[in-house]
Amino acid sequence: MKKEYSKIIYILFKKELMSYFNSPIAYVFIGVFLVVGNWLFFNSFFIIGQASMRGYFSLLPWMFLFLAPALTMRLWAEEKKSGTIEFLLTLPLTDWQVVLAKFLGALVFLFFSLLLSLTIPFSAAWLGNLDLGPVIGGYLGALFLGGSYLALGLFISSLTKNQIIAFILGLAACFIAFIVGADFVLAGAPAALAPVMRFLGLGSHFNNIAKGIIDTKDVIYYLSFMFLFLWLNVRVMEKRSWK
Amino acid sequence: MNPVVHTYNSMIEIKNLTKKFGQNLVLDNLSFSVAKGEILGFLGPNGAGKTTTMKIITSFWPATSGSILIDGLDTAANSLAAKGQIGYLPETVPLYEDMKVSEYLRFVAEIRGLTKDKIKPRLKEVRTICGLVKVWHRPIDELSKGFRQRVGLAQAIMHQPNILILDEPTTGLDPNQIVEIRDLIKTIGREKTVIFSTHILSEVSATCDRVIIINNGRIVGQGTPGELEKNYGSLEQAFRELTK
Repeated sequence: MKKEYSKIIYILFKKELMSYFNSPIAYVFIGVFLVVGNWLFFNSFFIIGQASMRGYFSLLPWMFLFLAPALTMRLWAEEKKSGTIEFLLTLPLTDWQVVLAKFLGALVFLFFSLLLSLTIPFSAAWLGNLDLGPVIGGYLGALFLGGSYLALGLFISSLTKNQIIAFILGLAACFIAFIVGADFVLAGAPAALAPVMRFLGLGSHFNNIAKGIIDTKDVIYYLSFMFLFLWLNVRVMEKRSWK
Repeated sequence: MNPVVHTYNSMIEIKNLTKKFGQNLVLDNLSFSVAKGEILGFLGPNGAGKTTTMKIITSFWPATSGSILIDGLDTAANSLAAKGQIGYLPETVPLYEDMKVSEYLRFVAEIRGLTKDKIKPRLKEVRTICGLVKVWHRPIDELSKGFRQRVGLAQAIMHQPNILILDEPTTGLDPNQIVEIRDLIKTIGREKTVIFSTHILSEVSATCDRVIIINNGRIVGQGTPGELEKNYGSLEQAFRELTK
């Protein structure tokens, strides 16, 4: 039973992953990600003259802010628009299986894009003396942060059948979740709320990991964030409560 | 859960099915059953509740009240088992446009749980039954409407379900295609329980064992095509009078 359960997820996951490469999305996404990423890095790399990726990892969350909702916007919206949702939800599957397969498909695609961007640390290490700790932390943090964006974006996509709306709302939601713990927001927030907001923000946890400090607290935070939105997504599917 | 002991041989049993969208009553206490091996034609004007009924039978939508038994299993409590018994072709044929016909149907076979050794022969079989040999390696978004319909039908019969639910499988097809799809339904329907909805009345007398006519979410008439023709003169007359 257990094996069957994960096998179904795997079959769906495979199809989801394939559909990125069957459409221009994969190539546009990877192209933009690599060009912008490399430009951001090397632009400052030679000016600062330091083999460090700190600047890169402070910009990465902002790049993901646009790229993650672009990946998730169609995942539910398109199924609803084209009617394939009726096929998908009348198959003998649980809603969790479908949600997990879509999430994992997006996550693995993001992982793949990150792998391709490893040319940046390799050239930095070749040109100078790169401190590996923050780099590994940065990539790990990027994966956690990206996963959180994807879970949130996927949930937003489940609420609408319009991809553009899914993208814009996804972008706004990710932006709020990222920014809520940032210093300049906290400065204006009531003192009692500030620690809570710092804890809730996706960004503050990313900064910790990107410094190379991998704290279980941050990891648990990211995992719960992802779980929360995947769970909400399942609720939406169960209730068939979309527009 | 209580095991359901059934002495009847009805494959689908619908009891007091009601569906509301907000204040809007779409299905009003609908009850009927379909016997094993029967081909049931589902008639009614647009908006009568045909599609809604089918979406509830296939567990796509929940019912507001009432129950549906698929081979004795309540779909609300056993939705996975019930879904496994049904092949469903919705009105908007659900195809992944970016896939090739072969890719799509292989995916359907896999997700329907066919074992590895059975997938290949079954795909071959379905390809022949549904006449898909010519378009097998073509992307779905390049297919004509007739072929899309056939791919949709292939999807629905892939796992050899006992029950087929087909929502207007012949709309938008040309007369030749209509005859082809109709023959296909008749062939497939020989050993299956089929419910299909349609607006084409000649199709009904050609394919159906029994007809149910619904209007405003209620059953307004039923019988064999022969009976209806006898009582009302023609099927068209029956439809006109019962759904006025």
